[in-house]
Amino acid sequence: MRWGEIIRRLVLVPPTLFGVAVIVFVLLRVVPGDPIAMMIPPGASEADIARLRALYGLDQPILQQFSTWLGQVASGDFGKSISVHQGVLELLLERLPATIELALLATLIAVVLGVLTALAGILLRGRRAEWAVDGGIGVLLAIPDFLWALILLLVFGVLLPWLPISGRVDPQIDVHLHSNFYLLESLLTGRFAIAFALLHHMILPALALALPFAALVARILKASLTEAEDQDYAQIARARGYSRPDILLHEVLPNALIPTVALGGVQVTLLLGGTVLVERIFSYEGIGNMAIDAVINRDFPLIQGLVLTFAVLFIALNLAIDLIVTVLDPRLRHG
Amino acid sequence: MSSLSRRSILQLAGGAAALPFASALPGTGAAHAAASGTLTIAYNVNLPSFDPTIGVSAVNPTIQSIYQSVFDPYIGQAADLSFKPGLLTKWGWNEDRSKIILELRKDATWHDGSPVTPEDVVWSLTRAADLKGGNPIQFVWSKVGNYKIDGNTITGDVLEFEPTLFKWMAFLTGYILPKAYYEKVGAEGFEKAPIGSGPYKVDAFERNAFLRLKAHPGYWGGKPAFETVVFKFITDPTSRVAEMESGGSDLTFEIPYEEFDRLKAKPGLAGQTKPVSDIAMIFITDIDPMLDRNVRLAAHHAIDKKAIVDRLLKGYGVPISTLEAPGYAAFDPSIKVSYDPELAKSLLAKSGYSPEKPVKFTIQTTRGFKPKDYEMIQAIVGMWRKVGIDANIEIYEIAKHFELRARHALAPAAFYNWGNAIGDPSTSTGFAMFGPSPHCAWKGKDLVERIGPLWGEKDEAKRIAGYKAVDKYITEEGEVIPLFQYVQPIIHKKGLKVVSQSNGMILPQLITPA
Repeated sequence: MRWGEIIRRLVLVPPTLFGVAVIVFVLLRVVPGDPIAMMIPPGASEADIARLRALYGLDQPILQQFSTWLGQVASGDFGKSISVHQGVLELLLERLPATIELALLATLIAVVLGVLTALAGILLRGRRAEWAVDGGIGVLLAIPDFLWALILLLVFGVLLPWLPISGRVDPQIDVHLHSNFYLLESLLTGRFAIAFALLHHMILPALALALPFAALVARILKASLTEAEDQDYAQIARARGYSRPDILLHEVLPNALIPTVALGGVQVTLLLGGTVLVERIFSYEGIGNMAIDAVINRDFPLIQGLVLTFAVLFIALNLAIDLIVTVLDPRLRHG
Repeated sequence: MSSLSRRSILQLAGGAAALPFASALPGTGAAHAAASGTLTIAYNVNLPSFDPTIGVSAVNPTIQSIYQSVFDPYIGQAADLSFKPGLLTKWGWNEDRSKIILELRKDATWHDGSPVTPEDVVWSLTRAADLKGGNPIQFVWSKVGNYKIDGNTITGDVLEFEPTLFKWMAFLTGYILPKAYYEKVGAEGFEKAPIGSGPYKVDAFERNAFLRLKAHPGYWGGKPAFETVVFKFITDPTSRVAEMESGGSDLTFEIPYEEFDRLKAKPGLAGQTKPVSDIAMIFITDIDPMLDRNVRLAAHHAIDKKAIVDRLLKGYGVPISTLEAPGYAAFDPSIKVSYDPELAKSLLAKSGYSPEKPVKFTIQTTRGFKPKDYEMIQAIVGMWRKVGIDANIEIYEIAKHFELRARHALAPAAFYNWGNAIGDPSTSTGFAMFGPSPHCAWKGKDLVERIGPLWGEKDEAKRIAGYKAVDKYITEEGEVIPLFQYVQPIIHKKGLKVVSQSNGMILPQLITPA
């Protein structure tokens, strides 16, 4: 990808976000469920209801509500949550790091597992054991992340109670960190007891998110490796007497990684979507868990903020993946 | 700030590798009992906000257990819904009911050690009554004003008589907050570091994860048994069950009845149930075909409530005939609606309906919002079909229910649950059946005329008798279908003594080692 392409993609970001904003804003007001109806106290009169509606600006025409909100967002004010009584931006900044850390850990686990499985599969190519690898990949792919979450919760929380199954950190531990990137900060500042406690809590939700992703990485990478291994350059290397593992690691893998990164990158965005249910199941305090509460409470400002945040994350991730693919693929780098 | 050295990375890598094994060792894993002196509760909802007097969470009954751990209500409530001294030791009206008189206890302190003063009480009441303050029950608190303080006695002028005023002082938004502290830190500062006068003070809070409380040493009611209480916010019932099985929590509630029966049979765990002030009901909307009294009554008589409770809820429910459950102030055991499918058939026949030529309408229900809600409605529709009612089930989210109810746009029949933690008839029959109420589905003038005069009735005995008469009338006319009173299942570790509350609250201050 050239600089011109990057600039073109960046220029498209504001209209994309505007489109997302329009869709979420209109959808929220069209689908059933009125936040005011949910907070009407017993005995409230029509005047009380009207006052509540005015308090949250919901008495204005949709267009006016939208322009007011958009103006606020442009100035960095995402409004105030109806259910939590706090600024939406403040809430997002508080919870987003937890989700990012979980997604990063899940991605790391998925990549390591996926690459190792693909390499194992290719090394066993043509043997019966390859079927077992392919079958394992199929099973991992067939089960969605939220179901993995329940399976892991029952196995490692109940049957073999080795790992905690709720929260981000043990309630008995005083975290006292400066940022909300607990894991990163505790690692960087050498507070390993906290880092261990965090990893202890993150391992199951991260694994639930990682397993289907790992299977996808393994399947794409194994197919790419198979194709690359049959290419002339691999055959020539073999003729020169290089060992198969050497060829796989140094010649075949770098070329096979390009389609894996491109397709696997898309999966990272899906993984972020998966955090919603997985965070809920493990009572993990990220934005996914918060999104469910926001929807249940019809907390319009918070839902709007969350959707925009997810949109920004998706766009940034896609851009980052394209850049990585460009770096990996000299054909793209040099046009 | 220490830097990340090669050695520390190696330590971390080694530690990470050993993590699953280390956690399996006795005493180190989450699977083992909570630390001594700590009570861990797997709680079913998140805590959105700390201010118990404003916004949506203030009127969410399921959060009140947490609020009542940190804040004191004006008036306390016993396990059987009766009222007892809280921060107020005396309360009442003067003879002509033109004034209220409150007496504040002298030994109460805020969590920062400062005394709870009559000024705090007046400020809290005045703030609650402020139209711009955001208190959802403002319409109650605004009926008293012009407070005067004399020692520890507070008097206020009754601006409009509200018979349930003191009952509200034990429930939603009825909390005393610290005037001086709140004014010093402001609303946002209070959210970040709230203080109350309750048995526990806030020690740590991780939104959507947990709330850690420490015992308030100066609590007027005596120091609670547990030094530390942790509310883990685990909203998914399956996860709460797993949390109990893993040993990560000491107590949980609001779990499926099948799981309750399974867990209570496990070694180390005990279960207890208690009927709570929450009922299942079917709203009848006064639109065609529910304008036909025969159809309404037939729909009620055709439902075998006991069978529903026994078969779907494993016996955990109490069939009821009116919106007043046993224990409520206006409960009248003489009002009964029999399960009589033959009577239902004959009533429908009078209106020209039969199983071959059924009356048709839609019934709305949630699915999974309450235990077995959809299955229950399926069973009811099956019972109706046998007598000549062909009901179509429409599933909706609870948010849609609220919206439709507020717009008087519910289907002819709509399943819902109604809580009434203070047990007063105005907060059950009153708000659910009085036409002008936004929560009412039956808007008929008949009930407006009957309930209207009871709102301001100063003679308590006459008011309660009036509601009993209204309940009898509603039953005879079939204007609502009460189904059963919910039973709350509580699972806890053996070795704990838990006092179940009829209002459904789980109060850590009432939990002690057995």
